[in-house]
Amino acid sequence: MAEKLPASLEKLNTEEYLLNMGPQHPSTHGVLRIILKLDGEVIKDVVPVMGYIHRGMEKMFENRKYDQIIPFTDRTDYLSAVNNNFAYVIGVEKLLGVVVPERAEYLRVILAELNRIMSHLLWLSAYGMDVGAFTPLLYIFREREEIIAMFELITGNRLTHNAFRLGGFKYDVPKTFFEKLEKFISHFADNLDEYETLLINNVIFKSRTVGVGVITKALALSYGVSGPSLRGSDIKMDVRRDTPYSAYSKFVFEIPTGKNGDTWDRCEVRMNEMRQSLSILQQAMQGFPQGDIMAKIPKIIKPPAGEVYTAVEGPRGEVGFYIISDGTEKPYRVKMRVPSFSNLSALKDMTVGFKIADVVAIMGSLDLVIPEIDR
Amino acid sequence: MTAFMQFLKDLLYDSGKAFGLIYDGGHKIWAGFNLPPLTLDIIFLLIAAACAAAFIAINALFIIWFERKISARMQLRRGPNRVGIFGIFQTVADTIKLLIKEDITPKAVDKLAFFLGPLLVMTSTFMVFLVMPFGKGLIAADLNIGVIYILAVTGLTVLGLLCAGWGSNNKYSLIGGMRSAAQIVSYEIPNVLVMLTIVLLSGSMKLGDIIAAQPTVGYVWMQPVAFIIFLIASNAEINRGPFDLPEAESELVSGFITEYSGMKFAFFFLAEYTNLFIAGALGAVLFLGGWTGPVLPPFMWFMIKSYFVVFLLMWIRWTFPRIRVDHLMEFAWKVLIPIALLNLVVTAFVIKFH
Repeated sequence: MAEKLPASLEKLNTEEYLLNMGPQHPSTHGVLRIILKLDGEVIKDVVPVMGYIHRGMEKMFENRKYDQIIPFTDRTDYLSAVNNNFAYVIGVEKLLGVVVPERAEYLRVILAELNRIMSHLLWLSAYGMDVGAFTPLLYIFREREEIIAMFELITGNRLTHNAFRLGGFKYDVPKTFFEKLEKFISHFADNLDEYETLLINNVIFKSRTVGVGVITKALALSYGVSGPSLRGSDIKMDVRRDTPYSAYSKFVFEIPTGKNGDTWDRCEVRMNEMRQSLSILQQAMQGFPQGDIMAKIPKIIKPPAGEVYTAVEGPRGEVGFYIISDGTEKPYRVKMRVPSFSNLSALKDMTVGFKIADVVAIMGSLDLVIPEIDR
Repeated sequence: MTAFMQFLKDLLYDSGKAFGLIYDGGHKIWAGFNLPPLTLDIIFLLIAAACAAAFIAINALFIIWFERKISARMQLRRGPNRVGIFGIFQTVADTIKLLIKEDITPKAVDKLAFFLGPLLVMTSTFMVFLVMPFGKGLIAADLNIGVIYILAVTGLTVLGLLCAGWGSNNKYSLIGGMRSAAQIVSYEIPNVLVMLTIVLLSGSMKLGDIIAAQPTVGYVWMQPVAFIIFLIASNAEINRGPFDLPEAESELVSGFITEYSGMKFAFFFLAEYTNLFIAGALGAVLFLGGWTGPVLPPFMWFMIKSYFVVFLLMWIRWTFPRIRVDHLMEFAWKVLIPIALLNLVVTAFVIKFH
């Protein structure tokens, strides 16, 4: 755009204009509104407007007993219900000083990793649609359906599982679960390779994503970007490895990173993460211990006064719960740290100067979940 | 009786002869009533136009069903299968729904442009059928500038899209209209160059002559590069994936058709799918030998070949992600046009010195 216009066109008056993307738009994945300032097709400014699905989650937490909060955490980020449960539950357990049986820890890890794969699969299919490839969606939903069926087997629910309990699990694993898991693991790696060839390494896909929406290391860190979006910028940060929670210290896994921090790198990181999750699942399945699935916890949960911050690595990044207890049955305050919120804040620096089509591609590569942002 | 059988056979295999018989017979009867022959000509014209309109409508219904089935098969789905056998009447039901829908004109639109948009698009599409060689002699007017005529008429579509984009008074529509104008104008050039190559080979711009000049296998074996360029450029010209930027769903909601509903929307839809068929038919005429072929009637061969090209275009659409707007322009000007030009020059030299 920097080239000088020919003399005949210099008198031509051009104006920047505003375009309202959302809250009703096919590719904002929910009710996010983005105000774009455009010069033709080139983006000059991006202002995200949030709050269209604000439900006052954190205030609701304050009026619920500790064990009643778990189903609410499912509904903040509905695509990774397990990881939200996880972060909240280990926080309260820390306050209570409960030690969770090993079998429950393993089961938690298995569910969390399955949930990560499920979430990434949905991201992949939706991202395909964002860049205009409709067909991958229906192939990817095959594998996603398998995972959802496994969740249904254990918890009875498909999306918001309410899977965890304070101190462990309510239900043990049915015998058929591991057969299904084994079957899934046996073919999923091949499927991933297929999707990588067909979508991620497609020429048009690469031309849409390589070099688009670059975020530097320093900028990513200063915005508090986390998860695959941060690892795409070549920063090896993963809560599972840095501050291991639950049984994660027992598993060997790598942390995939990108090189340039562009959109394609973020995609590739997610693809590799699914492979790592698969390896964790394999290890967890082999070493799955016998024993109880529920620790002994008091009937009435009254954690001693105090505060705790616990975080887990969700599919989108660091999911954290800051819980303050005043010694009563209900928490005094619960603050959620959600990855999508921080990731969204980096959107402006990524998109200015690119085209309208890139906004969609970049936003998709951040894998935003709007109810999580608005809570 | 044998004369009647012969007439029926002609109707299938040599329609020009059969229609000549009808025409002459009609005029004889007309002259018997002492009526001016011009009135009969007008009546024949109206009948022909009605036939073309009916063909477009029925063909569009079929081609939409066909695309839904094909895309479903490519996506592990079943596609429509409730209305009629294999869901063949699904599109009929959809059309009836669109017909009885209220025709909404939003308050803030430019009424004239909003109204003209779908009309212009549909008219330009309709006009192509004047020179469409459906079979031996089954052609309304074999103009001696057939190829140029098709290019000129399809170029008119841009006007309609711009009208729709501007008149809708919606920013998504405006961007969509602008994109489509830029895209169609850019991709018209490689298309013209490819058609010129064919014109060089056949030595005529008449579609009938081009078909007659082709060897039994068609020009596709002599001009594979041209065929590929033709597929890409015509795919871009009819705004279909991976070049569906003007109505890119994930970016522009629906592009220039965002504000349209009911019958006006149906017009755009009809035009889009008729254009798809036209692209297929042109591919069949220019590269696959048109209606020529053994055993089956010429009309059948024409449809089979056209639908083969249509299938190729659908295959491309459901496989690739969408290209970005600046890459689209770069691809047209930096890749397609040079290759098409080179192909044209090489062909010209080969013809000259062979």
